[in-house]
Amino acid sequence: MHPGLVIGTAVVYLIILFGIGYFGSKLARNGKKIIQNGYTYALSLAVYCTAWTFFGSIGRASTNGVDFLTIYIGPTLMAPLWFVVLRKIILISKSQKITSLADFVSARYGKSTLLGAVATTFLLIGIVPYIALQLKAVTSSFSLALSSSSIPDAVLNEAHFYQDSAFYITIVLAIFTIVFGASHLESSRQNQGLVTAIAFESLIKLFAFLVAGLFVVYGIYHGFGDLFSQAYEHERLQAFFDADMTSIQPMDWFFHLLLSMFAIFLLPRQFHMAVVENSDINHLKKSMWLFPLYLFIINIFVLPIALGGYLYFDGVMVDADTYILSLPLAEGNSVIALIVLVGGLSAATGMVIVSTVALSIMVNNHLLIPLLLRSRRLSGSPMNVSSSLIGFRRLISSAILLIAYSYFRSVGEAQSLISIGLTSFVAVAQFAPLLLGGIYWKGGTKSGAIAGLVVGFLIWAYCLPLATLAGNGIISGGFLQHGLFGIEWLKPDAILGLDGMDEISHATFWSLLANILTYTMVSLNSQPSPLEASQAEMFVDIDRYTQTNELPVLQSKARISDLELLLNRFMNAKRANRFIQRLAKQHNINLKTTTEASPALIDDVEKALASILGASSAKLLISSVAQQKKQTLQEVLSVLDETQKLMRYSKALEVKSAELEEAGKQLQQANSRLKAMDKVKDEFLTTITHELRTPITSIKSLAHILFENKDLEKAKQQEFLQIVVKESDRIAKLINQVLDMEKMASGMVEWDMQEIDLEQLGLDALQRLHSVIKKRGISLESDLSCNHPIVEGDYDRLLQVVINILSNAIKFCDPDEGKIIIKLDSDEQQVSLSIEDNGIGIAEESLPFIFDKFTQFTNYKKGHSYGSGLGLSISRQIMLHHKGDIIVKSRVGKGSQFFIHLPKKTRELQIQSS
Amino acid sequence: MKKILIVDDEPNITIAIRFLLEQEGYQTEVVHDGLQAIEKAKVFRPDLIVLDVMMPHMSGFEVAEQLRTDPAYRDTHILFLTAKGADQDKSTGYGLGGDTYLVKPFDNDHLKATIHEILES
Repeated sequence: MHPGLVIGTAVVYLIILFGIGYFGSKLARNGKKIIQNGYTYALSLAVYCTAWTFFGSIGRASTNGVDFLTIYIGPTLMAPLWFVVLRKIILISKSQKITSLADFVSARYGKSTLLGAVATTFLLIGIVPYIALQLKAVTSSFSLALSSSSIPDAVLNEAHFYQDSAFYITIVLAIFTIVFGASHLESSRQNQGLVTAIAFESLIKLFAFLVAGLFVVYGIYHGFGDLFSQAYEHERLQAFFDADMTSIQPMDWFFHLLLSMFAIFLLPRQFHMAVVENSDINHLKKSMWLFPLYLFIINIFVLPIALGGYLYFDGVMVDADTYILSLPLAEGNSVIALIVLVGGLSAATGMVIVSTVALSIMVNNHLLIPLLLRSRRLSGSPMNVSSSLIGFRRLISSAILLIAYSYFRSVGEAQSLISIGLTSFVAVAQFAPLLLGGIYWKGGTKSGAIAGLVVGFLIWAYCLPLATLAGNGIISGGFLQHGLFGIEWLKPDAILGLDGMDEISHATFWSLLANILTYTMVSLNSQPSPLEASQAEMFVDIDRYTQTNELPVLQSKARISDLELLLNRFMNAKRANRFIQRLAKQHNINLKTTTEASPALIDDVEKALASILGASSAKLLISSVAQQKKQTLQEVLSVLDETQKLMRYSKALEVKSAELEEAGKQLQQANSRLKAMDKVKDEFLTTITHELRTPITSIKSLAHILFENKDLEKAKQQEFLQIVVKESDRIAKLINQVLDMEKMASGMVEWDMQEIDLEQLGLDALQRLHSVIKKRGISLESDLSCNHPIVEGDYDRLLQVVINILSNAIKFCDPDEGKIIIKLDSDEQQVSLSIEDNGIGIAEESLPFIFDKFTQFTNYKKGHSYGSGLGLSISRQIMLHHKGDIIVKSRVGKGSQFFIHLPKKTRELQIQSS
Repeated sequence: MKKILIVDDEPNITIAIRFLLEQEGYQTEVVHDGLQAIEKAKVFRPDLIVLDVMMPHMSGFEVAEQLRTDPAYRDTHILFLTAKGADQDKSTGYGLGGDTYLVKPFDNDHLKATIHEILES
């Protein structure tokens, strides 16, 4: 491709990246939080996917099959655990103003300067080759595109550095890191510009990979089916589909998974994005599923591209790592090639930028500052160093990138993408014991942490980088064949004769084993300092301390003016003064009358310094102005114990008050239930009294009339007396029904359960109402013949139900041409009796309520009825007791139809029960 | 002869009231719900209405409310006669323009005396 096009595209992309970063930091400065969300956070975590993913996975897949997936499966398996482990790490880091991984472990183990320095050195050694690897990937992809030949690197080695594209890329990345990575003083503060740019890069590389994948599968081949069937017919690739092809052993799978599980939060760039740049702990929830999803999507096309490339370049010497770019180039599709190029660039630059930022913070805070403090340059001089601090960090960033560049120029060429990557993984895994131990085990000590780390790291260095260098002939390689000092069982790929694993798994096993054992044994045999003990307490039980935020265990004394002077050197005087004023207000200290700072205030100043310099340097600085009261470990432990008791007590109080609140709530609910029941009872009483008053009114009045008018004509007397009798019956009936209802409601009814023939029962009911039906001239249609209408029930009660329904039908059927149809029916399960009239019917809106108490008086047309309104309600209760049901269908003006259903008593059941 | 309209959905009660009032020499008409009461009042022009409250279609309160908006019934007395005995119901009745409010079951003599008092005053 034309060099101008390739370079132009890269330049345009990098300008856009700058723009996005600038835009992001500007938004954050204006206090807008639109980009601070779970999606951005998850995308920024995808800085995990580097050039290794973009180029290396395909190379690995084309030789080893699916084993490239291990480093993505590990984080996916780990994701559910994030909420436990990562949440805790983030909480601790926020409360302690942690600036990096080295700061985290140093802070945990008594803010140890030594541990911080050791950790930083090891990470630097472990990660710089990994950065170099990214430079290599970008460079080879560019030279491939520029030469358009399938053999990259040919010209590269003879070129001077100024002709080398990697050099220019390194420069650009250094500028980016300087602008966005080290822009402000507090390294623990979130840097939205960086996060936005990284999230953007994650989108770009995903997009590019998917485009390339689709191009290979659908542009070069005819879909997945075509590609896979071609591959299946290919002689060598046939083996690909056999299980043997994935030559990786179960042990190796295990260790690779383990490594990637650690890498996802221990790699400096991951720790930086996941912990230091986390703006809201709740973003974790979204990233728990979003990040694994990202990994899944970006891996979909790895295998297809690997197979496609293998088939396409069958026999031609093409590096499998470059298939994703070689394929569109060979096809002459420069648009796709440019997209791939940008994708690869974004994958590599994202990693390089974040790693460099993270490493430069560590080098600055744990190597440079302690050194300066020790040489009294910083602690002695009164000048403000805040601007030079940023300057230092920028210098360090550039230095790290330059070291990476020269590593790439000198040794990086010889190694493959994946082997350097995995080597770095093993290096950072050495932090797992002291970090996880540090947040879950109070017994871990500084000596244990340093010893474990050093031992693990030495074994790592011996088994991996040194062995690799020796293997490449860069250093003398005698120990490869004969073991260290000529001792056979110290061979770097088979310590104690252990072989059968690949070198990565082998190194992981031995280094981690030795690391854990050393860490544990030394910790158990060493005394923690008071500060270590209190930090251990704070880290392990962070959930208990998040509210209080301070642990006034270590008593120190300092003058406020000294503290302000100290701050003056790391922030401008105005800000330092404002900060002190704010703290004084917070701690209720009157600055005019008080000169001594309280321990809590000293602690806050130390934290502010820690957010700039890291915990260990901050501690050193504070100790230069503050007098630490001499405290024995015993004293500290007893204070800790007191604090814990207090906290337990307040926790218990909290629980109690929550219980009380809950009880109060329950009381309130019970009260409102009672109130509702009371209201129901009131309504019931009102209705009952109304229903009683009505007949009593006519009885009383008419009886009085009869009494006063002795000479009343006979016919009138008869009429009035009849009404009195009828209304008396009405009262009696009502009272009986109310008692009946109450009896049923309280379960006091005695049920005389027996086998009943419903046909018989129906006939009985008709018999009893025969005379009324006849008197009113109602035509009756009855069909009671039925197959085995046997049920189990209380005969009198069921008869009561049927008579009640029939009486209603008689009452409400057409007054002139009344008609009632009664029918009996049965199926396998139940016997049904239906009673239909041709009366006025019931309005649809009233239907749901007609089985409620006293419904009749508001919904049935009155003036005709003398029922209590309890009949249907009682009927339903009787039916429910029989595990049956009563249902009504009705149309206004056409009539109503009532059904009663009862479970059939089957013959088999009869036999069983008898 | 003073005219009295008796409104109650219980026929047996209206039988008793009608007998009592006719014995006293009043001219009476009986209806069994609120709608009929409105219709009947237009033609019968009663001096007093004995009005039940809980009735189908239209309650006694609604009847009173409607009549009181019509100036033609300004001089028509309303006597609520109901089983609803709560204080709240009573004040509703008076509020809607009832002259008096009696609770069922009533005393014959008391009813007669009350009506006499209202109509002669």
